Amino acid sequence: MGNEKINSSRRKFLKSAAALAGASIGYTWLKSSQVLLFAVEPKDESLPWYGIVIDIEKCIGCGRCANACKKENDVPIEPFFFRTWIEQYTVKNDGSVEIVSPNGGIDGFEQTVPDEDIFKSFFVPKMCNHCAKSPCTQVCPVGATFESPEGVALVDEKYCIGCGYCVQACPYGCRFIHPVKKVANKCTLCYHRLKKNLVPACMEVCPTGARMCGNLRDKESKMVKFLKEHTTQVLRPNLNTGSKLYYNALSSEVR
Amino acid sequence: MEPHYQHLYEILSHAEGYIFPNEINLQWGILIVVYPFVTGLVAGAFILASLERVFKVRILKPTYQIALLTALSFLLVATMPLISHLTQPLRAYEIMITPHLSSAMAIFGFVYLWYLMVVLLLEIWFDYRQSMVVWANEKKGVMRWVYKILTLGVSDISPRTLKWDRKLGYIITVIGIPSAFILHGYVGFIFGSIKANPWWSSPLMPIIFLFSAMVSGIALVMFVYMVISYMRKKVIELNVLDTIGKFLFFALILDFTVEVLDQIHRIYVAEESFEIIKLLVSGKLYLTLFVAQGLVGTIIPLITLAFLQFYKHKIKLRKTMYFIMSILVLIGVYSMRWNVVIGGQLFSKSYSGFTSFKVGLIGLDGTLMAAFWLILPFGILAFLLWLLPPWKMVEQEE
Repeated sequence: MGNEKINSSRRKFLKSAAALAGASIGYTWLKSSQVLLFAVEPKDESLPWYGIVIDIEKCIGCGRCANACKKENDVPIEPFFFRTWIEQYTVKNDGSVEIVSPNGGIDGFEQTVPDEDIFKSFFVPKMCNHCAKSPCTQVCPVGATFESPEGVALVDEKYCIGCGYCVQACPYGCRFIHPVKKVANKCTLCYHRLKKNLVPACMEVCPTGARMCGNLRDKESKMVKFLKEHTTQVLRPNLNTGSKLYYNALSSEVR
Repeated sequence: MEPHYQHLYEILSHAEGYIFPNEINLQWGILIVVYPFVTGLVAGAFILASLERVFKVRILKPTYQIALLTALSFLLVATMPLISHLTQPLRAYEIMITPHLSSAMAIFGFVYLWYLMVVLLLEIWFDYRQSMVVWANEKKGVMRWVYKILTLGVSDISPRTLKWDRKLGYIITVIGIPSAFILHGYVGFIFGSIKANPWWSSPLMPIIFLFSAMVSGIALVMFVYMVISYMRKKVIELNVLDTIGKFLFFALILDFTVEVLDQIHRIYVAEESFEIIKLLVSGKLYLTLFVAQGLVGTIIPLITLAFLQFYKHKIKLRKTMYFIMSILVLIGVYSMRWNVVIGGQLFSKSYSGFTSFKVGLIGLDGTLMAAFWLILPFGILAFLLWLLPPWKMVEQEE
């Protein structure tokens, strides 16, 4: 009996040791490949993990968000540089789609398609998706752009060499090279405001509350509750960017 | 309106359909067209040189050193268009000091240095060492010291040492072939790995870049060999041209096949991006893709080179045809780089419209600058041929 007991406990020990070794090797491999391919989801759970919700049904295309963003973040006023902008989609009765974004929507929109030809029309605000597996931070040759521990994609302006590879890698067209600073520029989710417990400028000024951001870990937050109650979708899910910008009522015409 | 942005307003007025507002300005201009073109010439010229050395294609001996020095001349310039296109060129060194290893671009500096320092310079050094020792003894004054310095003080030319020179040179060439493949396949990967861009994103990209590199490098060596022989008033050996022509023909077939395969695949699977790419190639890229790259750079040279495999009369005509074909092929490969780099940025990632591209003449990103980086290597080559003339080398015993 004694022998059997020892054997079985030894077997148990060996089994669990092997499992532990296997698991840790597996974990290390998984972790290292994550480091290689994607940004890592931070372990520090005391920090928020930011996500964004945009409710297309609520957007009225007033353009205040794009305007506020330019003012808050010192984005050149010329219509070639935007951290956020609004697109107007008009699906016509013949099935064709017209998309416009004059000056990023800052000056508002004018519907040029006659009413009788319109099947449906809606506005889509665009901004950085703050992807969890962001292709833009993956390709930066010097690591000047990175994801903050809170899951916000940022650029170190003192470090960026201005190669433009990140601009090429972003599938959403959210990056540009700042014409004055000569480095990559993009939405920071108003990181400087978040740190002071303020909401991003674009969300602050939205008159209909079409934009929200919040801590994805906080299951009680308004945003997570919204995600629970609505069917949302990210842009370009096929690219597996781990986008954390969730659209409500996203139409299939939007890319 | 600030004058600084005037050209952007002009482009904006030419935009078609819908493009994301940040896409109006092309990030990568003509310099990034020049960069893969130049790198490809290096890899291709080196591969032709190694044919002689490793695969013992003895007929190509007159082009061996020319090919190596051509590769070196272009390699010395290869990084310049890259660095001068950066908006922060003074920070370029960061890519070597703190490379971000998940980036396909981060390794370029190391691949480049490996190729320059370990492969090309070493191979040329082992090749020329004996001659440089002899020249150092023959020459007087400054040149004597120049050659002495170039030998790095290794002046032993006993048969045993020379045997080692040849052996080590051979080993380096053997290492050099995969290195050349890596150098240019890697450049293709920089584009092929961008999943956001359907015109670039393809696992075939490194292979396409590699084969087109071989095509362009072989054509360049053929061109340079003919020009050098002409300037030295030496006979252009027809059997050399025939052999290079044969390799050029095979490389072109491979290149053409892979590129057509890539397009057939795109057409057949007709993914989300298919419509916009169809509009791109039939519109903005029509001239550079179908005419310059397809007809002028591929079909005409393929037919002519095939014809020259059988047609063995009129020596002068054949030489002229080879000369013209080498230029056409170079134009074709340059157009291919253009179609990839510029073409990939002309359509919007919204797949709903196009921006336009106008190359400026002056400025760091202008045509003159690009032309400078393309002409400079020929100046370097002329200097290298003067410093290390292959035709004055001491005959090595095999």
